[in-house]
Amino acid sequence: MSAPAAVRDHRQAEQKRELAFEFLRYMAMMREVEDRIERKLYRQGKIVGGVYVGRGQEAIPVGVGLTSDTDDVFCPSHRDLAIFLIRGIHPRQIFAQYMGRVGGLTRGKDGNMHMGDMNRRIISIISAMAASVPVAAGAALALKYKGTHNVAYCFFGDGATSRGDWHEGVNLAAVQKLPVIYVCNNNQYAYSTPLSKQMCCADVADRAPGYGIPAEIVDGNDVFAVHEAALRAVKHARAGQGPYLIECKTFRMTGHSAHDAADYVPRHLLEEWERKDPIARLEKRMIQNHWAKQDDIEQLRAEIRREVDDAVEWAEKSPFPDPSELLDNVYERS
Amino acid sequence: MLMTYLEAVRRGIWEEMERDPNVFLLGEDIGVYGGAFKVTAGMLDHFGEARVIDTPISESAIVGAAIGASLMGLRPVAEIQFADFITCAYDQIVNFAAKCRYRWGAAVPMVIRAPSGGGIHGGPFHSQNPEAWFAHTPGLKVVTPATAHDAKGLIKSAIRDNDPVLFFEHKALYRRIKEDVPEDDFTVPLGKAAVVREGRNLSIITYGAMLYVAREAAETLAREGISAEIVDLRTLVPLDDQTVLESVKKTSKVLLLHEDTLTGGMGAELAARISEKVFEYLDGPIVRVTAPDTPVPYSPPLEEAFLPNAAKVAERARWLTHY
Repeated sequence: MSAPAAVRDHRQAEQKRELAFEFLRYMAMMREVEDRIERKLYRQGKIVGGVYVGRGQEAIPVGVGLTSDTDDVFCPSHRDLAIFLIRGIHPRQIFAQYMGRVGGLTRGKDGNMHMGDMNRRIISIISAMAASVPVAAGAALALKYKGTHNVAYCFFGDGATSRGDWHEGVNLAAVQKLPVIYVCNNNQYAYSTPLSKQMCCADVADRAPGYGIPAEIVDGNDVFAVHEAALRAVKHARAGQGPYLIECKTFRMTGHSAHDAADYVPRHLLEEWERKDPIARLEKRMIQNHWAKQDDIEQLRAEIRREVDDAVEWAEKSPFPDPSELLDNVYERS
Repeated sequence: MLMTYLEAVRRGIWEEMERDPNVFLLGEDIGVYGGAFKVTAGMLDHFGEARVIDTPISESAIVGAAIGASLMGLRPVAEIQFADFITCAYDQIVNFAAKCRYRWGAAVPMVIRAPSGGGIHGGPFHSQNPEAWFAHTPGLKVVTPATAHDAKGLIKSAIRDNDPVLFFEHKALYRRIKEDVPEDDFTVPLGKAAVVREGRNLSIITYGAMLYVAREAAETLAREGISAEIVDLRTLVPLDDQTVLESVKKTSKVLLLHEDTLTGGMGAELAARISEKVFEYLDGPIVRVTAPDTPVPYSPPLEEAFLPNAAKVAERARWLTHY
């Protein structure tokens, strides 16, 4: 016997409210962690290497990441910090990673977003864009090989779709009907190169028909829209129908990395996209729908700030690796 | 059982696939066609298309997919149809596979098989010996079997190894070498060279197809009263320099022989290690016999001039012995 309509509607509204809070929590945490990294620790000289953030793109990893099961696999890009949070990596480990401390996921062997953890099914990116695309096909192949219904999520920017690895990887996954969900954060700039110099088609999604896979374009700054698109993609891939591409339209609100002032980006574009900030939009929606009061949001932000303060403090206390670790782990026995 | 070098590789892979359901194959034309050289003949029928995967012409995707699958606990054996095409997968091998363990502790247990080497009139793009490119990259293992026995024993070890292994099969040996190979489940450990001929006057250090050139030269030299010891490296990474150094200490003279070109080849690395570690035992300069620094030419007289042969080795060995 099904529940009366009013009860069902109420339950659905409640679920949506809870989901909105979950979105907000991860998006705001990503923003706070990255702000601390880019605008504080980097400028203080506590982070000595490259810093790449996803400011303004938080809806993409959060909307997609929250569609996953424990045994799904992720190949995040360098602007998808929230994936690590969703998979249970603590902000302490992320700060330690950036600061080159042993508390980071690579114990100082690598920096920034170059980290992974197979126990949480996150495959680390490398610097060469789109190199993860064939690797994601292989991870998906393993999921299929083992007879599971799990999927591999593969994230990249618009610029990465110019590389041969992208095309080889997507083609192989398509031919083999592998369960891969491709998530493009089309932020319209690859370092200083605008999309018009990256490709001749209007949308990254235009590339999909060439490989015989479905694609859809979504407002990448609307976390609900991203989430719903990802649910459709996941359904398709789990059903054994092969890969699915989601192009998330967004904008890079920072330089390519922290050293880059991005003077080549027209001001009016930044102003236009600032008005579409995904976190501000989500908060507004939550208040308008009476899912939250301003106080609830302030309280959440305060909690996040406390958690981040603690994480930074912890990371700063984490020691640097001893030079004796230099030769470790080149091989299984080394 | 009498079998070719090719059959030995095939049996080794077959046995590992029977032993471990996580072992699978991917590459171009390896399934229906059985591989350009037929190393994987019959495997599709026996193991099915989930475990013997014909791929598009996409070396980078072949290696990348092997990496992804190995991170997930499978044991892929990827075939690069000719070692020359491995350049298309260079980034995946050198930047992705080689560095996972060091960077974030993730094991990449995979094998990349690639037929390499000249002597078959393959020309500049079907004859190269790219082993030194990879021996220079920390995180990769490099295996170069010379005999059918070792081809079987080493491919089995490579598949069981928990690091990425490049396995260079010398294509000129595939059907030329036929010898008795045990049918049982034996392995040859990675990182162990073999003294394949004992001698007193000089040591010839070599690997791959050049083992047979060294043997032929040693026979010639023996008739002249010169006793050459031959060390077959079998694995370039890990490099068994202990066996090399012991041999050099014994004979005091060393000739380094490889089919790969001269500059930055394995001979250069061996020369440096010998000079650093057993300099005081040397009674003559370290001699290298290798291909010259050119692409591999096609026309028979040019290719013949390019490849090291027994006459060239014997000539340099005589000079060194009388130094």
